[in-house]
Amino acid sequence: MLILLFLSSGLFLGWSLGANDASNIFGTAVGTRMVKFYTAAIVASIFVVLGAVISGAGTTHTLGKLGAVDMIAGAFMVALAAAVTVLWMTKLSLPVSTSQAIVGAIVGWNVFAGKTTDIHALTKIASTWVMSPILAAVFSFIFFLLFKKILEIWKIHIFRLDAYTRVGLILVGAFGAYSLGANNIGNVMGVFVSVAPFDSLSLMGFTMNGIQQLFLLGGLAIAVGIFTYSKRVMLTVGEGVVKLTPQSALVVVLSQSIVLFLFASKGLEGWLLAHNLPTIPLVPVSSSQVVIGSVLGIGLAHGGRGIQYKVLGRIASGWVTTPIIAAVLSFISLFFLQNVFDQQVVKQVNQTEIHLDINSGNNHHG
Amino acid sequence: MIFKKTKSLESKMDAFLDKISEAGIVYRRGIKNYMKNATEDFDRHLEQVTVLEHEADELRKNIETRLYTQTLVPESRGDILALMETSDDVIGRAKDTLVELSIEKPEVPDEFKSGFIELARSTSRALEEMVLAMRAFMRDPINVRNYLHKVYHWEKESDRLAEALKRSIFASEDLLLSHKIHLRYFTLHVDTLADLAEDVADRLAIYTIKRSI
Repeated sequence: MLILLFLSSGLFLGWSLGANDASNIFGTAVGTRMVKFYTAAIVASIFVVLGAVISGAGTTHTLGKLGAVDMIAGAFMVALAAAVTVLWMTKLSLPVSTSQAIVGAIVGWNVFAGKTTDIHALTKIASTWVMSPILAAVFSFIFFLLFKKILEIWKIHIFRLDAYTRVGLILVGAFGAYSLGANNIGNVMGVFVSVAPFDSLSLMGFTMNGIQQLFLLGGLAIAVGIFTYSKRVMLTVGEGVVKLTPQSALVVVLSQSIVLFLFASKGLEGWLLAHNLPTIPLVPVSSSQVVIGSVLGIGLAHGGRGIQYKVLGRIASGWVTTPIIAAVLSFISLFFLQNVFDQQVVKQVNQTEIHLDINSGNNHHG
Repeated sequence: MIFKKTKSLESKMDAFLDKISEAGIVYRRGIKNYMKNATEDFDRHLEQVTVLEHEADELRKNIETRLYTQTLVPESRGDILALMETSDDVIGRAKDTLVELSIEKPEVPDEFKSGFIELARSTSRALEEMVLAMRAFMRDPINVRNYLHKVYHWEKESDRLAEALKRSIFASEDLLLSHKIHLRYFTLHVDTLADLAEDVADRLAIYTIKRSI
């Protein structure tokens, strides 16, 4: 029971991911009534869970390299700091991403625990935040022109195109949900990996290790978020800011799914390594920012009209502010959890040392 | 399952456009037969155009119901319905013109007959190009423009022919004013068909921009 209480902050992050990020995949389809909400919710939930359990290890491993939180109370607070950052910044209408918040919160834990943050890992992660929307823009630019050409050549009847697009939105949406689960489960459950006390479980010939059980739990939290709250967000996306035709929406979702997949697939990484090709870092990226990149690609294919460059500037500012806020919040709340609520948040550090360090005005703990 | 439904809807839309196109041909021949005093042929054409109008109406209602009950083409269905309803007005006007001719039986002096035949030919050309533009909208939106400008051409040509006909009718010294007004009324009737085709073309121009991905 206590474990569930500690996991609750991660589960909340999962719920929030389901509530908000599922709309990046099925928002336009549901908002434009091409796909029914319940169809979208069922497909998204199943594939998010599959993606998380089957392919979630890659991005989690990278987060682990950045900082391996070694006490469950610490993991609870790191996830909570990220969740509060996301909630708070969303309330202030600032651009925010769970991926960036969790990285900041882990760095906050590193500082608190006196562990050196792996600068190489941090740089690698930060570079993907910039790379992912750009890559999405490139993909959607190419796919958009390709789709346009295909439609010109094939001359598909408007009714048939409608049917194909519906099927496409569900299939690509399933791929997108799988990729989202694989890429973003690290944000939700990554910090709990080294401290989760689950034993391997065998059921009907299938064996699930502890980490997979943890990811299953996170995936289910995402699914709950999709069913309980994402409908409102999806309808807003469909009717709101950017008006996309169903075919453009298909291009956006396809580009987004591929980018999320590229940054999550261990299989692809293995294939690239085997062929002596440069690999793509497995890092959780922000699906919202990837979507904005995809829409931008379509805007560029239209000749760049109507692109709001201010929005891009706001996103870039979020790359800096989100992790910093999360790191500070994580550091302060870890301090309170350890010293006020008497919970051990770092294995190697004891309270006396912290007090000594703070009394001596030294920032370096442990 | 979904593709089967789509295929049947496609066939219905094609049939609807066939009815309009056919009504245009029957209408043109009906006017010609009236002017040539071929009463039997005229009556046959009147009957044909009435049947075509009824069938097109049924198809339109069926397509409309299916588009809404099955939530098909949610982005464009409003546009498709508006197009079908406006083009239904065109076929309705073709029928009305022949019905009015059969009721009022206007007496057309020989010197104006070729003017009416020419006007009916021009307006039915506008209608034919309109149907081609609608077909392109369904399958090949890039080519809609190629037909729209022809609709506009035949509409202008019809206006020119109608004006020339009205001028020559009112310039005639052998006709009573009441007779002239009666003939002007029918000139207007025949010409309006091209105006209605132009209305459909105007809508198509906008809907095609909306349809491009």
